[in-house]
Amino acid sequence: MKLDLSGLQSFPSPTMAEVGVGENDLFARPSFQLPACSDFDGFEKEAIQMVKPAKGTTTLAFVFKEGVIVAAESRTSMGGQIASQNANKIVEINSYLLGTIAGGAADCQFWHRNLGIKCRLHDLANKRRISVAGASKMLANILYSYRKMGLSIGTMIAGWDENGPGLYYVDSEGGRLKGTRFSVGSGSPYAYGVLDSGYRYDMTLEEAAELARRAIYHAAFRDGASGGVASVHFVGPDGSKKLSGDDVSELHYKYYPVGKTPFEQAMAEATEA
Amino acid sequence: MARYDRAITVFSPDGHLFQVEYALEAVRKGNAAVGVRGTDTIVLGVEKKSTPKLQDSRSVRKIVSLDTHIALACAGLKADARVLINRARIECQSHRLTVEDPVTVEYITRYIAGLQQKYTQSGGVRPFGLSTLIVGFDPYTGVPALYQTDPSGTFSAWKANATGRNSNSMREFLEKNYKETSGQETVKLAIRTLLEVVESGGKNIEIAVMTKEHGLRQLDEAEIDAIVAEIEAEKAAAEAAKKTPSKDT
Repeated sequence: MKLDLSGLQSFPSPTMAEVGVGENDLFARPSFQLPACSDFDGFEKEAIQMVKPAKGTTTLAFVFKEGVIVAAESRTSMGGQIASQNANKIVEINSYLLGTIAGGAADCQFWHRNLGIKCRLHDLANKRRISVAGASKMLANILYSYRKMGLSIGTMIAGWDENGPGLYYVDSEGGRLKGTRFSVGSGSPYAYGVLDSGYRYDMTLEEAAELARRAIYHAAFRDGASGGVASVHFVGPDGSKKLSGDDVSELHYKYYPVGKTPFEQAMAEATEA
Repeated sequence: MARYDRAITVFSPDGHLFQVEYALEAVRKGNAAVGVRGTDTIVLGVEKKSTPKLQDSRSVRKIVSLDTHIALACAGLKADARVLINRARIECQSHRLTVEDPVTVEYITRYIAGLQQKYTQSGGVRPFGLSTLIVGFDPYTGVPALYQTDPSGTFSAWKANATGRNSNSMREFLEKNYKETSGQETVKLAIRTLLEVVESGGKNIEIAVMTKEHGLRQLDEAEIDAIVAEIEAEKAAAEAAKKTPSKDT
């Protein structure tokens, strides 16, 4: 029996295509010619492995009573070389949604921009802002359709909507998790240690910012692929705001000011005496 | 295949789309349908043509739900309605899946209207021969809404509207008698409108009431009969009051 699947034809392309936005490259389903090789699966695995270790970064975000704090460092590394010490890893998707960059910088930048376009189209079509859940779901659905094609994205979507603060982790495998605390990147284990031990839901804005700053600092201290500037952003009911950007090495001397070694101490006391 | 590229709905020299107008004719021949929006209740009413004795009347539902908070009644070609309703139901769920939010009444109306419009501008297809009345509550603000679409693909919001057979007289009646109502008063207004053009009695009218708390509820024959009786009593009392002059003059 031939089933009538015409009603399902609009899957998985976005519903907006039905209402006449028009087929253009942004909405077309991904496709490319398969390379001519004997073992395509093996080739695919190798290609993915080549890109995978690239999430050399530390980003974190957490929800607390005032809103959402998003923080990241700013080092981009290409293999063992530091490509930049002032990369911007926190992007404003729109005035009330922030995204973080981890993994392939180009992939993250492009898809966040694309998500910003989709969110704006949603706002215009529906005369209401898209929710954080909806925005993260749109991104996750797109990334799912590009699964196994070598995208490397580990992003957090943080924002404020009608239901209060929202935080979602979305990655290039197509996974999407809702949560209150996330850290992504090679420095995340270090950041989690500081973040988890110092986290309380009812922190003040300053306490929360300081917690985020310290977590990024500790990750940058121990992880070679993280460094540069620790920037901290906040998303609240009035939108997003950058709170601070501190050089990680300066933070080091702030937290651990230089004192005399025991030998120097003894020498100084001896000369005084 | 080339034969199916030719458009059926093409402009006439004086700017009409005759296929669309013919579709509107089909709507005018369909059963009467009325929708009334109250402050906390929305009512859909449809004329039920006499069912043949052997037909199982439960299988002929004219007021359907598209989602838990949205309902639809239509006038025109019932087979076209089935197809459109299926697509709308899928869209409601697809929206819930992709945006994690239920649709607003406006969104699904826009979708249905967009679908109807597409079929007036494609090759090898004819327009849908039905007008729909879509009602529901906004999932966030709780505001009730009533929309109407037609075969050309236009849609607009209404406080009360009628479509199908004798829709002009029903609309006139509504324009004269509409006022902001709530609860049972809204139901009565809808039934009174339908009674203008339909034979009286519960077995010729199908009524569904939507409230925010209870969703869509189809009234059964006994309930409708009771309300019709109330309305007739009120009408008789009004006539009697008109006939006997007031003692003060």
